[in-house]
Amino acid sequence: MKPLVAALLLALAVAGTAFAVEPKERLADPVLEARARAISQGLRCLVCQNESIDESGADLAHDVRVLLRERMTAGDTDAQAIAYIVSRYGDFVLLQPPMKPATYALWFAPPLLLAGVAVGVGAAIRRRAATRAPAETPLDSAERARLARLMQESE
Amino acid sequence: MLRKLFYLVPVVAFCALAGYFALALRPDRDPHELPSVLIDKPGPEFALPSLNGGDRVTSDGLKGHVVVVNFFASWCVPCREEHPMLMRLAEKEHVPLYGISYKDNAEDSRRVLQLLGDPYRRIALDRDGRTGFDYGVYGVPETFVLDKNGRIRKRFVGPLAADTVQNELLPLLQELNKS
Repeated sequence: MKPLVAALLLALAVAGTAFAVEPKERLADPVLEARARAISQGLRCLVCQNESIDESGADLAHDVRVLLRERMTAGDTDAQAIAYIVSRYGDFVLLQPPMKPATYALWFAPPLLLAGVAVGVGAAIRRRAATRAPAETPLDSAERARLARLMQESE
Repeated sequence: MLRKLFYLVPVVAFCALAGYFALALRPDRDPHELPSVLIDKPGPEFALPSLNGGDRVTSDGLKGHVVVVNFFASWCVPCREEHPMLMRLAEKEHVPLYGISYKDNAEDSRRVLQLLGDPYRRIALDRDGRTGFDYGVYGVPETFVLDKNGRIRKRFVGPLAADTVQNELLPLLQELNKS
Protein backbone atom coordinates (compact mmCIF):
# COMPACT_ATOMS: atom_id res chain seq x y z
CA MET A 1 0.00 0.00 0.00
CA LYS A 2 2.70 2.44 1.04
CA PRO A 3 4.72 2.20 -2.20
CA LEU A 4 1.53 2.77 -4.16
CA VAL A 5 0.73 5.96 -2.24
CA ALA A 6 4.30 7.13 -2.66
CA ALA A 7 4.18 6.46 -6.40
CA LEU A 8 0.90 8.32 -6.66
CA LEU A 9 2.26 11.34 -4.77
CA LEU A 10 5.38 11.35 -6.91
CA ALA A 11 3.28 11.23 -10.06
CA LEU A 12 1.23 14.16 -8.79
CA ALA A 13 4.35 16.14 -7.90
CA VAL A 14 5.84 15.53 -11.35
CA ALA A 15 2.57 16.45 -13.02
CA GLY A 16 2.48 19.65 -10.99
CA THR A 17 5.93 20.80 -12.01
CA ALA A 18 5.53 19.87 -15.66
CA PHE A 19 3.36 22.88 -16.41
CA ALA A 20 1.20 25.38 -14.64
CA VAL A 21 -1.14 26.11 -17.50
CA GLU A 22 -4.68 25.90 -16.20
CA PRO A 23 -7.32 24.12 -18.25
CA LYS A 24 -9.38 27.25 -18.81
CA GLU A 25 -6.34 29.11 -20.15
CA ARG A 26 -5.86 26.61 -22.95
CA LEU A 27 -6.92 27.45 -26.46
CA ALA A 28 -9.42 25.28 -28.29
CA ASP A 29 -7.20 25.11 -31.36
CA PRO A 30 -4.51 22.50 -30.55
CA VAL A 31 -2.03 23.91 -33.09
CA LEU A 32 -2.29 27.42 -31.67
CA GLU A 33 -2.10 26.04 -28.13
CA ALA A 34 1.06 24.09 -28.99
CA ARG A 35 2.64 27.25 -30.40
CA ALA A 36 1.65 29.20 -27.30
CA ARG A 37 3.14 26.50 -25.07
CA ALA A 38 6.38 26.51 -27.03
CA ILE A 39 6.70 30.30 -26.72
CA SER A 40 5.79 30.43 -23.05
CA GLN A 41 8.49 27.88 -22.27
CA GLY A 42 11.02 30.45 -23.43
CA LEU A 43 9.59 33.38 -21.49
CA ARG A 44 10.78 34.17 -17.99
CA CYS A 45 8.35 34.70 -15.15
CA LEU A 46 9.43 38.04 -13.69
CA VAL A 47 8.22 37.24 -10.22
CA CYS A 48 10.15 33.97 -9.79
CA GLN A 49 12.85 34.91 -12.35
CA ASN A 50 14.24 31.41 -12.83
CA GLU A 51 11.09 29.74 -14.05
CA SER A 52 9.37 30.07 -17.37
CA ILE A 53 5.83 31.40 -17.38
CA ASP A 54 4.83 27.94 -18.56
CA GLU A 55 6.02 26.41 -15.28
CA SER A 56 5.22 29.18 -12.88
CA GLY A 57 2.14 29.33 -10.73
CA ALA A 58 2.61 33.06 -10.09
CA ASP A 59 -0.26 35.40 -10.80
CA LEU A 60 1.78 37.47 -13.23
CA ALA A 61 2.78 34.34 -15.18
CA HIS A 62 -0.90 33.49 -15.52
CA ASP A 63 -1.65 37.00 -16.84
CA VAL A 64 1.14 36.83 -19.39
CA ARG A 65 0.05 33.36 -20.54
CA VAL A 66 -3.47 34.67 -21.11
CA LEU A 67 -2.24 37.80 -22.92
CA LEU A 68 0.07 35.75 -25.11
CA ARG A 69 -2.81 33.49 -26.12
CA GLU A 70 -4.98 36.52 -26.83
CA ARG A 71 -2.38 37.92 -29.20
CA MET A 72 -2.00 34.58 -30.95
CA THR A 73 -5.75 34.17 -31.35
CA ALA A 74 -5.78 37.67 -32.84
CA GLY A 75 -3.41 36.39 -35.53
CA ASP A 76 0.06 37.36 -34.28
CA THR A 77 2.98 35.34 -35.57
CA ASP A 78 5.30 33.82 -32.95
CA ALA A 79 7.82 36.63 -33.48
CA GLN A 80 5.14 39.34 -33.13
CA ALA A 81 3.73 37.81 -29.97
CA ILE A 82 7.22 37.58 -28.43
CA ALA A 83 8.02 41.17 -29.48
CA TYR A 84 4.81 42.30 -27.77
CA ILE A 85 5.96 40.86 -24.45
CA VAL A 86 9.59 42.00 -24.89
CA SER A 87 8.48 45.59 -25.64
CA ARG A 88 7.12 45.75 -22.10
CA TYR A 89 9.52 43.71 -20.03
CA GLY A 90 12.73 43.90 -22.07
CA ASP A 91 15.11 41.18 -23.25
CA PHE A 92 15.26 39.87 -19.69
CA VAL A 93 11.97 38.00 -20.22
CA LEU A 94 13.66 35.85 -22.82
CA LEU A 95 15.21 32.84 -21.08
CA GLN A 96 17.61 32.55 -24.02
CA PRO A 97 19.34 35.92 -24.44
CA PRO A 98 19.18 37.26 -28.01
CA MET A 99 22.34 37.54 -30.11
CA LYS A 100 23.18 41.23 -30.51
CA PRO A 101 26.21 43.51 -29.91
CA ALA A 102 25.29 44.03 -26.25
CA THR A 103 25.31 40.27 -25.63
CA TYR A 104 28.37 39.32 -27.71
CA ALA A 105 30.49 39.10 -24.54
CA LEU A 106 27.94 36.73 -23.04
CA TRP A 107 27.84 34.47 -26.09
CA PHE A 108 31.48 34.50 -27.14
CA ALA A 109 33.42 34.79 -23.85
CA PRO A 110 33.07 31.12 -22.81
CA PRO A 111 34.29 29.58 -26.13
CA LEU A 112 37.09 32.18 -26.35
CA LEU A 113 38.14 31.44 -22.78
CA LEU A 114 38.09 27.71 -23.51
CA ALA A 115 40.17 28.19 -26.66
CA GLY A 116 42.66 30.34 -24.70
CA VAL A 117 43.03 27.70 -22.01
CA ALA A 118 43.45 24.95 -24.64
CA VAL A 119 46.26 26.92 -26.35
CA GLY A 120 47.97 27.56 -22.99
CA VAL A 121 47.78 23.94 -21.87
CA GLY A 122 48.99 22.73 -25.28
CA ALA A 123 52.01 25.04 -25.13
CA ALA A 124 52.85 23.91 -21.58
CA ILE A 125 52.69 20.22 -22.54
CA ARG A 126 54.90 20.76 -25.58
CA ARG A 127 57.49 22.66 -23.54
CA ARG A 128 57.60 20.00 -20.87
CA ALA A 129 58.12 17.30 -23.48
CA ALA A 130 61.01 19.26 -25.02
CA THR A 131 62.87 19.85 -21.73
CA ARG A 132 62.53 16.29 -20.39
CA ALA A 133 65.92 14.90 -19.11
CA PRO A 134 67.90 12.95 -21.78
CA ALA A 135 68.07 9.14 -21.53
CA GLU A 136 70.47 7.68 -18.93
CA THR A 137 74.09 7.08 -20.00
CA PRO A 138 76.00 4.04 -18.75
CA LEU A 139 78.76 4.56 -16.15
CA ASP A 140 82.21 5.25 -17.51
CA SER A 141 85.30 3.34 -16.24
CA ALA A 142 86.27 5.88 -13.53
CA GLU A 143 82.74 5.80 -12.12
CA ARG A 144 82.66 2.00 -12.19
CA ALA A 145 85.97 1.88 -10.28
CA ARG A 146 84.64 4.32 -7.67
CA LEU A 147 81.45 2.31 -7.24
CA ALA A 148 83.47 -0.89 -6.71
CA ARG A 149 85.62 0.87 -4.12
CA LEU A 150 82.58 2.19 -2.22
CA MET A 151 80.95 -1.26 -2.21
CA GLN A 152 84.13 -2.79 -0.78
CA GLU A 153 84.34 -0.13 1.95
CA SER A 154 80.81 -0.78 3.12
CA GLU A 155 81.42 -4.53 3.45
CA MET B 1 60.47 40.58 -19.33
CA LEU B 2 57.47 39.37 -21.27
CA ARG B 3 57.55 36.09 -19.34
CA LYS B 4 57.41 37.92 -16.03
CA LEU B 5 54.40 39.90 -17.23
CA PHE B 6 52.78 36.60 -18.15
CA TYR B 7 52.84 35.55 -14.50
CA LEU B 8 50.74 38.63 -13.68
CA VAL B 9 47.83 37.34 -15.77
CA PRO B 10 46.23 35.31 -12.94
CA VAL B 11 46.66 38.23 -10.54
CA VAL B 12 44.94 40.61 -12.95
CA ALA B 13 42.18 38.08 -13.62
CA PHE B 14 41.67 37.61 -9.89
CA CYS B 15 41.45 41.35 -9.27
CA ALA B 16 38.94 41.76 -12.11
CA LEU B 17 36.74 38.98 -10.73
CA ALA B 18 37.03 40.22 -7.15
CA GLY B 19 36.10 43.72 -8.31
CA TYR B 20 33.06 42.41 -10.14
CA PHE B 21 31.94 40.38 -7.14
CA ALA B 22 32.42 43.36 -4.84
CA LEU B 23 30.11 45.38 -7.09
CA ALA B 24 27.57 42.64 -7.61
CA LEU B 25 27.35 41.74 -3.91
CA ARG B 26 26.91 45.31 -2.65
CA PRO B 27 24.41 45.09 0.17
CA ASP B 28 22.18 47.78 -1.31
CA ARG B 29 21.93 46.11 -4.69
CA ASP B 30 18.80 44.09 -5.37
CA PRO B 31 19.49 41.58 -8.15
CA HIS B 32 15.76 41.17 -8.70
CA GLU B 33 15.41 44.79 -9.70
CA LEU B 34 15.11 45.18 -13.45
CA PRO B 35 15.75 48.21 -15.58
CA SER B 36 12.64 49.38 -17.41
CA VAL B 37 12.76 49.19 -21.19
CA LEU B 38 10.38 52.13 -21.27
CA ILE B 39 12.82 54.73 -19.93
CA ASP B 40 12.68 57.88 -22.10
CA LYS B 41 9.82 56.43 -24.10
CA PRO B 42 6.27 57.77 -24.08
CA GLY B 43 4.31 56.25 -21.21
CA PRO B 44 1.76 53.66 -22.38
CA GLU B 45 -1.68 55.14 -22.91
CA PHE B 46 -4.56 54.31 -20.65
CA ALA B 47 -8.08 55.48 -19.87
CA LEU B 48 -9.20 53.87 -16.65
CA PRO B 49 -12.21 54.39 -14.40
CA SER B 50 -11.57 56.64 -11.43
CA LEU B 51 -11.77 55.19 -7.93
CA ASN B 52 -13.55 58.24 -6.57
CA GLY B 53 -15.93 58.72 -9.46
CA GLY B 54 -15.85 61.45 -12.06
CA ASP B 55 -14.12 61.34 -15.43
CA ARG B 56 -11.85 58.54 -16.44
CA VAL B 57 -8.20 58.91 -15.49
CA THR B 58 -6.25 59.05 -18.73
CA SER B 59 -2.62 59.19 -19.73
CA ASP B 60 -3.41 62.31 -21.78
CA GLY B 61 -4.82 63.95 -18.66
CA LEU B 62 -1.42 63.61 -16.97
CA LYS B 63 0.47 65.43 -19.73
CA GLY B 64 1.61 69.00 -19.25
CA HIS B 65 2.96 68.37 -15.75
CA VAL B 66 5.72 66.35 -14.21
CA VAL B 67 3.85 63.60 -12.37
CA VAL B 68 4.61 60.57 -10.28
CA VAL B 69 2.50 57.49 -10.96
CA ASN B 70 2.39 54.88 -8.25
CA PHE B 71 1.02 51.35 -8.74
CA PHE B 72 -0.39 50.02 -5.48
CA ALA B 73 -2.86 47.48 -4.16
CA SER B 74 -4.63 46.81 -0.88
CA TRP B 75 -3.32 43.24 -0.91
CA CYS B 76 0.28 44.38 -1.26
CA VAL B 77 2.24 44.33 1.98
CA PRO B 78 5.27 46.40 0.84
CA CYS B 79 2.76 49.09 -0.26
CA ARG B 80 1.85 49.57 3.38
CA GLU B 81 5.49 49.94 4.23
CA GLU B 82 5.76 52.59 1.53
CA HIS B 83 2.58 54.42 2.43
CA PRO B 84 3.97 56.86 5.05
CA MET B 85 6.58 57.97 2.52
CA LEU B 86 3.86 58.68 -0.06
CA MET B 87 1.94 60.70 2.51
CA ARG B 88 5.07 62.71 3.29
CA LEU B 89 5.73 63.31 -0.42
CA ALA B 90 2.19 64.54 -0.97
CA GLU B 91 1.92 66.71 2.13
CA LYS B 92 5.43 68.05 2.69
CA GLU B 93 6.94 68.01 -0.81
CA HIS B 94 3.69 68.62 -2.73
CA VAL B 95 4.59 65.92 -5.22
CA PRO B 96 1.74 65.34 -7.72
CA LEU B 97 1.10 61.67 -7.01
CA TYR B 98 -1.32 59.65 -9.10
CA GLY B 99 -2.31 56.19 -7.95
CA ILE B 100 -3.13 53.18 -10.05
CA SER B 101 -4.91 50.52 -8.07
CA TYR B 102 -3.42 47.37 -9.57
CA LYS B 103 -5.52 44.20 -9.73
CA ASP B 104 -7.49 45.20 -6.70
CA ASN B 105 -11.18 45.71 -6.21
CA ALA B 106 -12.37 49.26 -5.71
CA GLU B 107 -13.88 48.60 -2.30
CA ASP B 108 -10.61 47.26 -0.84
CA SER B 109 -8.55 50.08 -2.32
CA ARG B 110 -10.93 52.66 -0.93
CA ARG B 111 -10.91 51.07 2.50
CA VAL B 112 -7.12 50.95 2.77
CA LEU B 113 -6.87 54.62 1.79
CA GLN B 114 -9.52 55.58 4.30
CA LEU B 115 -7.57 53.76 6.96
CA LEU B 116 -4.10 55.10 6.14
CA GLY B 117 -4.81 58.35 4.34
CA ASP B 118 -4.97 59.17 0.64
CA PRO B 119 -1.79 60.72 -0.85
CA TYR B 120 -3.06 60.68 -4.45
CA ARG B 121 -4.52 63.48 -6.55
CA ARG B 122 -6.45 60.95 -8.57
CA ILE B 123 -6.68 57.18 -8.53
CA ALA B 124 -7.28 54.94 -11.51
CA LEU B 125 -8.61 51.41 -11.31
CA ASP B 126 -6.59 48.84 -13.24
CA ARG B 127 -8.84 45.93 -12.36
CA ASP B 128 -7.36 43.35 -14.75
CA GLY B 129 -3.76 44.60 -14.59
CA ARG B 130 -3.66 45.45 -18.29
CA THR B 131 -2.21 48.92 -17.77
CA GLY B 132 0.29 47.45 -15.33
CA PHE B 133 1.34 45.00 -18.02
CA ASP B 134 1.78 47.85 -20.52
CA TYR B 135 4.06 49.59 -18.01
CA GLY B 136 6.02 46.41 -17.43
CA VAL B 137 4.95 46.19 -13.80
CA TYR B 138 6.00 42.89 -12.25
CA GLY B 139 5.45 43.58 -8.60
CA VAL B 140 3.78 46.34 -6.66
CA PRO B 141 4.58 48.92 -5.50
CA GLU B 142 6.20 50.44 -8.56
CA THR B 143 6.63 54.14 -9.09
CA PHE B 144 7.11 55.93 -12.41
CA VAL B 145 8.20 59.51 -13.03
CA LEU B 146 6.59 61.03 -16.14
CA ASP B 147 7.82 64.32 -17.60
CA LYS B 148 5.67 67.09 -19.05
CA ASN B 149 5.43 65.29 -22.39
CA GLY B 150 4.29 62.08 -20.79
CA ARG B 151 7.61 60.31 -21.20
CA ILE B 152 8.74 57.83 -18.58
CA ARG B 153 11.93 59.17 -17.02
CA LYS B 154 12.43 56.82 -14.11
CA ARG B 155 11.05 53.70 -12.58
CA PHE B 156 11.39 52.63 -8.95
CA VAL B 157 10.59 49.03 -8.07
CA GLY B 158 9.50 48.25 -4.54
CA PRO B 159 8.81 50.64 -1.67
CA LEU B 160 10.42 54.07 -2.01
CA ALA B 161 13.17 54.31 0.58
CA ALA B 162 14.06 57.58 2.27
CA ASP B 163 17.50 57.80 0.66
CA THR B 164 16.13 56.97 -2.80
CA VAL B 165 13.62 59.77 -2.43
CA GLN B 166 16.26 62.22 -1.19
CA ASN B 167 18.98 61.35 -3.68
CA GLU B 168 17.05 60.35 -6.77
CA LEU B 169 13.35 61.15 -6.84
CA LEU B 170 13.30 64.71 -5.51
CA PRO B 171 16.35 65.92 -7.49
CA LEU B 172 14.88 64.39 -10.66
CA LEU B 173 11.53 66.11 -10.11
CA GLN B 174 13.30 69.39 -9.49
CA GLU B 175 15.33 69.04 -12.66
CA LEU B 176 12.32 68.05 -14.77
CA ASN B 177 10.26 70.93 -13.44
CA LYS B 178 12.98 73.40 -14.38
CA SER B 179 13.14 72.38 -18.04
